Amino acid sequence: MSLAGLFLTSFLVVHLGINLLILFDKSLELFNQAAHFMATNPLIQLFQYVLFFGFILHIILGVVLQIQNWTARPVRYQKKGSSEQSYFSKFMIHTGAIVFIFLIIHFANFFVKAKFGHIDPITYDSGTYENLGQLVVELFRDGAYVIFYVIAILLLGFHLDHGFQSAFQSLGLTHSRYTPIIKGFGTVFSILITLGFIAIPLVIYFSF
Amino acid sequence: MDLTLKIWRQASAGEKGKFVDYQVQNISTDASFLEMLDVLNERLVREGEDPVAFDHDCREGICGACSLYINGRPHGPDKGITTCQMHMRRFKDGETIVIEPWRAKPFPVIKDLMVDRTAFDEIIQAGGYVSINTGGVPDANAIPIPKRDADTAMDAAACIGCGACVAACKNASAMLFVSAKVSQFAVLPQGKIEARERVQNMVAKMDELGFGNCTNTYACEAECPKEISVSHIARMNREYLSAKLVSQKE
Repeated sequence: MSLAGLFLTSFLVVHLGINLLILFDKSLELFNQAAHFMATNPLIQLFQYVLFFGFILHIILGVVLQIQNWTARPVRYQKKGSSEQSYFSKFMIHTGAIVFIFLIIHFANFFVKAKFGHIDPITYDSGTYENLGQLVVELFRDGAYVIFYVIAILLLGFHLDHGFQSAFQSLGLTHSRYTPIIKGFGTVFSILITLGFIAIPLVIYFSF
Repeated sequence: MDLTLKIWRQASAGEKGKFVDYQVQNISTDASFLEMLDVLNERLVREGEDPVAFDHDCREGICGACSLYINGRPHGPDKGITTCQMHMRRFKDGETIVIEPWRAKPFPVIKDLMVDRTAFDEIIQAGGYVSINTGGVPDANAIPIPKRDADTAMDAAACIGCGACVAACKNASAMLFVSAKVSQFAVLPQGKIEARERVQNMVAKMDELGFGNCTNTYACEAECPKEISVSHIARMNREYLSAKLVSQKE
């Protein structure tokens, strides 16, 4: 659970890095170039399967653990407690489920189209690529989709904020000196990832 | 002070329970929570009714017998104390107090507010001890132990096994209890000899009994009357992972 979670976190960094190229280059050349590299590099193609496995493992383990946790208390309390030290730590399965739904829609919108559908090519000085960037820009012109995207990313942020330090605790990697740094880093990291992903649809919607 | 009590009444493990409302009058603000229940029970006995069953023993906050999930919190609203150490001045006159038993599959209700915590004994039996073979009593200072380690072991050993951690956890996980019982030995030289088997056996027993999993919400630490730290959970995870990795084939 924790290892798969940390692995998926590293994927988010790469994904965000590539997405941000859209904002830095309105001609979309950089982004399309990067997307082309990701789609054709053999090592990345191989790694794609590792990534799929990471997702599936994280989801299945999460659901199994949650079912065990629900059955561990067959009779609920009348007056529910709230002693948790962070609010969203209680709702990992819920934020996870919404992010999962988002993931499916996201997959249908981008991955399936890029992999199996037809995307118009675009020619730059450096060469001809599939214009995946255009697909992104068009999708984010839809206000409803932007709202859905922003909400899903916000929940992902809360999921990350608890998950990051939680992973280290589950692995037993705690230390009086380093744990506060890990917790602080996790929060800052979650905020940056969230802001980064949210910035892209908002900038596209309002200024492209 | 006058209070309305909403108390879980259940005749036995097999029967269905329900909440019953009771009014208590003229309770002293200096009375402890259990004394307030004593007042109610004496009245119930006088009226020929069945008194409310609840666990208690030392009433000094050290035995771990008392429990009670009061207004959504194990051992009530105060931090770092057991129910017997909580006083009625903590509540407002006219307040309604909801009193429930610990809720967890491995802690079945025996009667009313009493639950069977034998599951904790079974976890201890699975490895929560140091095997001492017969022989003379060893000298207390023969084995040097760093002060920091001795303090850590003592902090873990402060656990009274009341089960508040399980009651507070949204997953009914016993990780804080088990980790305290693993940690009190894991950091000491005497405990290191059996450390690998201990952690594996106790965790296996905990899972077998049907406690939930730890999702690191840290509600246990917040509600523990002995303020046991979740750093013990991390230590147990560390011990468990390394024991699993290096343990030999049977």
